[in-house]
Amino acid sequence: MAAKKKLALKKVVKKAAKAVKKTAVKKAAKPAAKKPAAEKVAVKKPAAKQSAVKKPVAKKAATKVAARPAVIDTQRAVEQFLYQQSEILDTRQWQSFIDLFTNDGIYWVPITLEQTEWEGSPSIFAEDKLMMEVRMRRVLHPNAWSQAPMWATNHLVSNVVIEKETATEVRVRSRFQLMELRRDTVRHFGGTYRHTLVKSAGGYKIKLQRVDMFNSQAPYDYVLQIWV
Amino acid sequence: MLHEPVPNLKKLVEPDRVHRLAYTDPEIFELEIKEIFGKIWVYCGHESQVKKPGDYQTLTIGRQPMVMIRGKDMKVRVLYNRCPHRGVELCGNLKGNAGEALTCSYHSWRFQLDGKVESIPLVKGYDGTRMSLDNPDCSMRAAARVDSYRGFVFASLAPEGPSLPEFLGAAKIAFDDMCDRAPDGEVEVVPYCHRVIQHSNWKFFMENQLDALHPSVTHQSTGAASAWVERDIKQKTGEAPLYYHYLSAFTMSFDKWDSVQTLNYPRGHGILKGYMGLRPDDPDTKAYVAAMYKSYGEEKAEKYLSRDIHHVLVYPYLSVQSPLQQIRVLRPIAPNKTLSEIWHFRLKGAPEAIYRRSLWYYNLVNSPATMINADDLENWTKGQWGLESSGMDWVSFHRDYGRDQENADGSIYSKNGTSEAVMRSQFKAWTEYLTGGK
Repeated sequence: MAAKKKLALKKVVKKAAKAVKKTAVKKAAKPAAKKPAAEKVAVKKPAAKQSAVKKPVAKKAATKVAARPAVIDTQRAVEQFLYQQSEILDTRQWQSFIDLFTNDGIYWVPITLEQTEWEGSPSIFAEDKLMMEVRMRRVLHPNAWSQAPMWATNHLVSNVVIEKETATEVRVRSRFQLMELRRDTVRHFGGTYRHTLVKSAGGYKIKLQRVDMFNSQAPYDYVLQIWV
Repeated sequence: MLHEPVPNLKKLVEPDRVHRLAYTDPEIFELEIKEIFGKIWVYCGHESQVKKPGDYQTLTIGRQPMVMIRGKDMKVRVLYNRCPHRGVELCGNLKGNAGEALTCSYHSWRFQLDGKVESIPLVKGYDGTRMSLDNPDCSMRAAARVDSYRGFVFASLAPEGPSLPEFLGAAKIAFDDMCDRAPDGEVEVVPYCHRVIQHSNWKFFMENQLDALHPSVTHQSTGAASAWVERDIKQKTGEAPLYYHYLSAFTMSFDKWDSVQTLNYPRGHGILKGYMGLRPDDPDTKAYVAAMYKSYGEEKAEKYLSRDIHHVLVYPYLSVQSPLQQIRVLRPIAPNKTLSEIWHFRLKGAPEAIYRRSLWYYNLVNSPATMINADDLENWTKGQWGLESSGMDWVSFHRDYGRDQENADGSIYSKNGTSEAVMRSQFKAWTEYLTGGK
């Protein structure tokens, strides 16, 4: 049954990707008609920017933004990456979430803005990939009692700013809103994501995701069971 | 509802069972706030939280808004955090520095850091009234009694009653154990804490702390997940970091848990003996042990390092996990709502690695993303709902009832760690508090 669910989810994600592609092509058609020269350049020189998103989406990004400066190209690829990470969380693909990280990748939610190291001071989350695996195995365990009630999340990512880009890395800052349904109540969270993304052949990988919850020092009504 | 609390209270507590109203009734809760939290010694914070004059930390004692503040004379005081004039809160943040003086945001009454009124605007307006500057009613009121033990500051709102050492009794070992484990003999607070709301009566937490039957059930998922990853790491590299063991140890067998002893003292205090084996044989531990030997000599250092404690309960609101340098403080808000603050400490003079090791436990077990307390909190919430229902009236504490034994020091113990002697002892103390021993 779990496999069936997963398959269904995959279908949904694929469908969404297709839809994105369709609209992208539609939109891309207009400027292409106005500036055929630019379109040609695009065909000759597909953007080499990395993207972790699925192939069709990457292709779309390449054709669409061809005539624009490379920085806009990165901007779009990074945004797509962040959207996909949100989708992965909201569709509960825990292994896919872990796979977004490099082997030495870290997921970190500090308590205060002043903290600069993921180790050595109190944190809300401070997890390497192995601890992420503990968390995944825990929530999938049949006797994870607190997982029994109705639960769902809805993420929105916005205000995406590329802080720095080098040949190998991109540092991105964005804002998120998270609504979480648990039992009959909805909780609201928000804050800042700071991703350090590494460019690799397979697209972006997360070296460090720092999440600054805007309410990090307020009391938590119950706890967070999965990554924000 | 109980309209005659004292006589009815006695009917609520029997030696082997307790009426559910003890957890749910608003009048009983108000009585607890008044008779227990309004009188006992309540933990306010550690002296290292307020290092400089003017440094403050706000907190509540029962329902009272208080502020722990260091004066210019370097003395730490606990004052009611309100202006004597019209009641307005004076220190507006959780923590901070008040500067030279505290100023009220309403009519600018100013107070020295010791709470004494410094100035009132247009003070001649009070000429001929009974509110002149030398009237103590013009100054901030202090908690009736303040005392500290090894740097841990407590206050009592009652002028009379047992002293702090008397109140702590055998539970004093919590602070000795934590401080003695520091080569310098003292600890320093980590300046921010985890704060989590529990949707349950505060007693759920206190009982749970010494409940040796629950861990392998409640924490099965996290224990199993951690054990799996721990095994995987060991197969690949030979050794797994200790913090996987922190989690996997929760799922010991029932038999093993049953062999972990609890000691139950007067006033409801208690000790759960050690079970995790927190002294591995690695270079960090060796460096730490060497520092301990240097400070105390081998014999004393070994005595300190081998104390058999997992955690100590200071009933009814404090759980001190001395070998891992953490304190959990309860601030009851309502019959079904409790704020918990969890503080962490550094052992002065110990290698950084020792702090970092205990930090893993602190975060994994207490953070607002904990994989451990997530399931405890769930249990207590569901338990609270159950006790609010009229499905059944009595909460059973019958496990090993009638087989409790008494040590020479008055502590109650059971051969079985899973004995509900813990709850029976806590409710004995609770009844004594609420009925004044009558």
